[in-house]
Amino acid sequence: MSASLYLVAMIAVPAVGAAVTAALPGAPEGRDERAKRLALGTSLVVLVLAVLAALAFDPGGDRFQLTSSVSWIPDFGVSFALGVDGIALVMLLLIGVLVPVVVLASWRDTAPGERSMRTFFAWLLLLESMMVGVFAATDVFLFYVFFEAMLVPMYFLIGSFGGPRRQYAAVKFFLYSLVGGLVMLAAVIGLYVVSSSSLGEGTFAFDALRSIEIDPGVQKLLFLGFFVAFAIKAPLVPFHTWLPDSGAEAPIGGAVLLVGVLDKVGTFGFLRYCLPLFPDASRDFAPWVLALAVAGILYAALLAMGQSDMKRLVSYTSISHFGFIALGIFAFSTEAATGAVLYMVNHGIATGLLFLVVGMLIARGGSRRIADYGGVASRAPLLAGAFLVAGLASLALPGTNSFVSEFLVLIGSFPTRPVFTVLATVGIILAALYILLMYQRTMHGPPRGVLVGADDTTGGHGAPDREDAAAEAVPAAEAAPASETVPASAAEAGAATATATATEAAPRAGSLRVRDLDRRELAVVTPLIALILALGFYPQPVLDLIEPAVAATMSDVGADPAGTAPDTDPTGGTD
Amino acid sequence: MAEAAPAEGLAAAAWLLIALPMAGAAVLLLAGRRADRWGHLLGCATVLAAFLLGVLITVDVAGLPERSAAVELFTFIATGSLDVRAGLLVDPLSLAFVLLITGVGSLIHVYSVGYMAHDPGRRRFFGYLNLFVAAMLLLVLGDSFVALYVGWEGVGLASYLLIAFWYRRPAAATAAKKAFIMNRVGDVGLALAIFVMFAQLGTTSFEGVFGSVEALAGGTLTALGLLLLLGACGKSGQFPLQSWLPDAMEGPTPVSALIHAATMVTAGVYLIARAAPIYDQTPTARAAVLAVGALTLMIGAIAGCAYDDIKKVLAWSTVSQIGYMFLAVGLGPVGYAAGLAHLLTHGFFKAGLFLGAGSVMHAMGDQVDMRRFGGLARKVPITFVTFGLGYLALIGFPFLSGYFTKDAIIEAALDRGDTWGLVLGGVAILGAGLTAFYMTRLMLLTFAGKARWTDDQHPHESPPVMTVPMILLAVGSVGAGFVLVSVAPLADWLEPVFGEPAEPEHVIAPALVAAVVTAVAAAGVVAAWLFVGRREVPLTAPARVSPVTRAARNALYADTVNESLFMRPGQWLTRALVWVDNRGVDGAVNGLAAAFGGSSSRLGRAQTGFVRTYALGMLGGAVVVAGALLAVTAG
Repeated sequence: MSASLYLVAMIAVPAVGAAVTAALPGAPEGRDERAKRLALGTSLVVLVLAVLAALAFDPGGDRFQLTSSVSWIPDFGVSFALGVDGIALVMLLLIGVLVPVVVLASWRDTAPGERSMRTFFAWLLLLESMMVGVFAATDVFLFYVFFEAMLVPMYFLIGSFGGPRRQYAAVKFFLYSLVGGLVMLAAVIGLYVVSSSSLGEGTFAFDALRSIEIDPGVQKLLFLGFFVAFAIKAPLVPFHTWLPDSGAEAPIGGAVLLVGVLDKVGTFGFLRYCLPLFPDASRDFAPWVLALAVAGILYAALLAMGQSDMKRLVSYTSISHFGFIALGIFAFSTEAATGAVLYMVNHGIATGLLFLVVGMLIARGGSRRIADYGGVASRAPLLAGAFLVAGLASLALPGTNSFVSEFLVLIGSFPTRPVFTVLATVGIILAALYILLMYQRTMHGPPRGVLVGADDTTGGHGAPDREDAAAEAVPAAEAAPASETVPASAAEAGAATATATATEAAPRAGSLRVRDLDRRELAVVTPLIALILALGFYPQPVLDLIEPAVAATMSDVGADPAGTAPDTDPTGGTD
Repeated sequence: MAEAAPAEGLAAAAWLLIALPMAGAAVLLLAGRRADRWGHLLGCATVLAAFLLGVLITVDVAGLPERSAAVELFTFIATGSLDVRAGLLVDPLSLAFVLLITGVGSLIHVYSVGYMAHDPGRRRFFGYLNLFVAAMLLLVLGDSFVALYVGWEGVGLASYLLIAFWYRRPAAATAAKKAFIMNRVGDVGLALAIFVMFAQLGTTSFEGVFGSVEALAGGTLTALGLLLLLGACGKSGQFPLQSWLPDAMEGPTPVSALIHAATMVTAGVYLIARAAPIYDQTPTARAAVLAVGALTLMIGAIAGCAYDDIKKVLAWSTVSQIGYMFLAVGLGPVGYAAGLAHLLTHGFFKAGLFLGAGSVMHAMGDQVDMRRFGGLARKVPITFVTFGLGYLALIGFPFLSGYFTKDAIIEAALDRGDTWGLVLGGVAILGAGLTAFYMTRLMLLTFAGKARWTDDQHPHESPPVMTVPMILLAVGSVGAGFVLVSVAPLADWLEPVFGEPAEPEHVIAPALVAAVVTAVAAAGVVAAWLFVGRREVPLTAPARVSPVTRAARNALYADTVNESLFMRPGQWLTRALVWVDNRGVDGAVNGLAAAFGGSSSRLGRAQTGFVRTYALGMLGGAVVVAGALLAVTAG
């Protein structure tokens, strides 16, 4: 296969896979089983294609590679033009990794009501196809088409397969996106009009549009058209309120792709379209966008702390993280923007893992409420370990991938925007708070909530006390070899007995439910944990992919693509 | 600072120092239960191997003319004008820490084999301990502020995991979280310092920053110094970020000894000493270091007098002693070596004291309340003797470790010769008296007097695997001070880092200072005897006490201040924002939707409302499109 066909194949393969999956014949049970395998197989093929595309990509070569173009609507200069720069390429790799993981994670999910999981996997594959398209399009109209089309599978994933308030969440998601999309459509058409007046012939080709000098006043309007759509998608405060609902109600697999990939279209759009096409407007609006970004970092982090629903909490952390990405993009420095792109990838991996682990916990306990859990670490240490790794990556601990990107965003923004950066840096304290609070409440302490019985309200006040006492006894026995007469395991058994007597019927069911990760779940979390650590210690190969495209974008907005800091020459180092 | 030549020979293998314990941690944490039987042995072996390698490298590097070597590893983060290499700097300062970390670390690992023998999580414990050693070695060996930061947060993680080791105890889980959060507050300072360095100098490596530091404006230098100080305060439990450290005693006692006494909490001192070229240019920041040190040494000493929990007394003592070290490094060139010497001897005697406390708890079935001890000297003789030597070293008994290193700090403070020198020296001398008081109180409550434990407790001496490390640390407590000050002066060893040690100009004769300090300490001992030793010890702490005692028992209300200034307002703010976000922002949107497409409940009921709204949206969009087209063509 010629390298230029990789992108076409990455769109076509999952689309065909989706159609076949949806059309699978046979009895319901066997059909669902085959649908899963087909979806997994298809998504793995896409992963292989993404890796092949990355191998064929030359970081030192042209900005757009693996290009292909077919005229589509010649009357309006629209073509089906595909191609990737380093920024789009890493997003395709992220899609390639996340979709198989999500398929595997959804393996045992059941659809609500009469619906069939076959349909779920079909929508998932169609979504993958659309997501690839949106990142790979080099024609603005084609981008718009994918941008809108990808709403459809996500709408059904949320609306048909989500939680109790799925309808409300799906409609809210759709409406927000639609409003943004329509505003963008206006801007896309406007862009066409501008191109036809300045080039003599209207076009939607990104490269041609990039070369046009647009009147500053028009730039502002067009910038806003794109910006609103992207600010809703990547949600920046105050366009964010659809995300906590969607994130909370979406099935876990859908939530992972929603915040992991789909929302990144917004930040991707800032970099790909807003900055290069409307450089003057971008510079003019930058302080406002930065203010929104930094406000969002702090506001959403504080809100995350106040959530009682784990999925909502993770959604709010994402809004906070999107603030960091927007800060990195609108600080106009190569370091910060490279960090922002890396952040897009890393956030997909880290928050993806966090959502997945939260989903595994919810699958066990049957509740999204933090208060229904406690002491899970003592029953399910592997689950707790994966939760901790995901959490630490979310709070950007060095050694995890997110540290590199957050550090780059902040250190790169500081020289150009010191005040915003200092405020954003406070966000790292808040991140530690919201993650560790959730971790402590669910994983630490004596077993509580669903672990001691689903319906524990009657023994609710007495039981925890007894649990506490028993749990206190365990470490005491553990720590004191002196009391060899009471081996720790016996004390632990004692704790279990104390619970059992405290709440007659429920506890056994409770402790059965919270089992540790099984092999399938380990297969879900292991690749993501491996990526978190690998990119945490050796991010340079990915940075090398990203930087040239970012540098080109920076020179579009008139920033020095070589970076913001002074030379290391000691004498020249002051201002 | 001397230029470090590229490493050759053994120094080039310095990365192994970090890799060995890191590999140990990985194996222990990933291997699962099958490693339970031999995991602790592997944990000890990796640290011991790192210690031996550290000794060899030290000998090797000592022979080099510049006594330092640079190890280039790989490119960590390079983009734009930022170029962060992963590299190590092997020099006298980092090697002093390497030997402390791996040496004391090995002893504590061995001790833990016995201490944690009956804990089902022992393998996990050694995994975390190995992880800590690896991160701490990275912290001191890294050749840039970024590498230091990675290690800095790495030890924070290890500390979190180990404080919460018995995570079923809510108190342990809360203490761990508190430690991490307060450390993060400090980390923000360190991170901002790194940003400033990059913005002003375009580099974050020690060599680059220190090489061009003189070109910086005074204000920038002061800001850098203060930001680094904030970081140091977080990690080292110094004012105003001191209150996490005593809570961290919820962790197993070997953790308290290694992380929260001997090594990690001294990282702040390392940071300030390492950044000496910055502090040497900014008297303001240095004055702040002095103030923090002096204030914290008093806070720690005062709180230490009032607690009944043996580990918390030792923890406050650590806070106080690190205050001495901050005071020393805040003095500048005359104090660097003195502060670091005290850091090393403190590493010996405080680790020894904690291990002794662990041995006492081991004997007493995990009791930590000193009011329930008493008369233990005969029951646990080895513990008593080793603990006693550590005690004497700490209070500055003549010719033991603390006598040399603490006196050196007090002398250096007085040698400033101005009023501030007198004030600082006076505070330090007063602190020495309080130290003698609270430590004597601890000794009397624990080892002397009548037994106050219950009949079902049978105190017994710990096994050799625990007592041998205690004995070795006691030897260090006795001799390390003399060695570091007189036999092989640390100041000479550190000369490539801090320059030629200046010949001190004494304002007050050292012999007089020593006599005064000793007399004040003796007064503290006598006071403890009068207040504690010759009286009956009530089993519960008296409730009716003076406001001073009450304030000391509450550690001067640091927690109260934090709670009322940050925690509770933060909770209110969070709750208010959640309300605003649900009612305000979202409500406005839902209200808008309701105004357009009927009630918001109909919106939730999907189809009908949805189609209508869709149509309305299309209409709205069309209007926008038309408007945009008009605007564009008009423009």
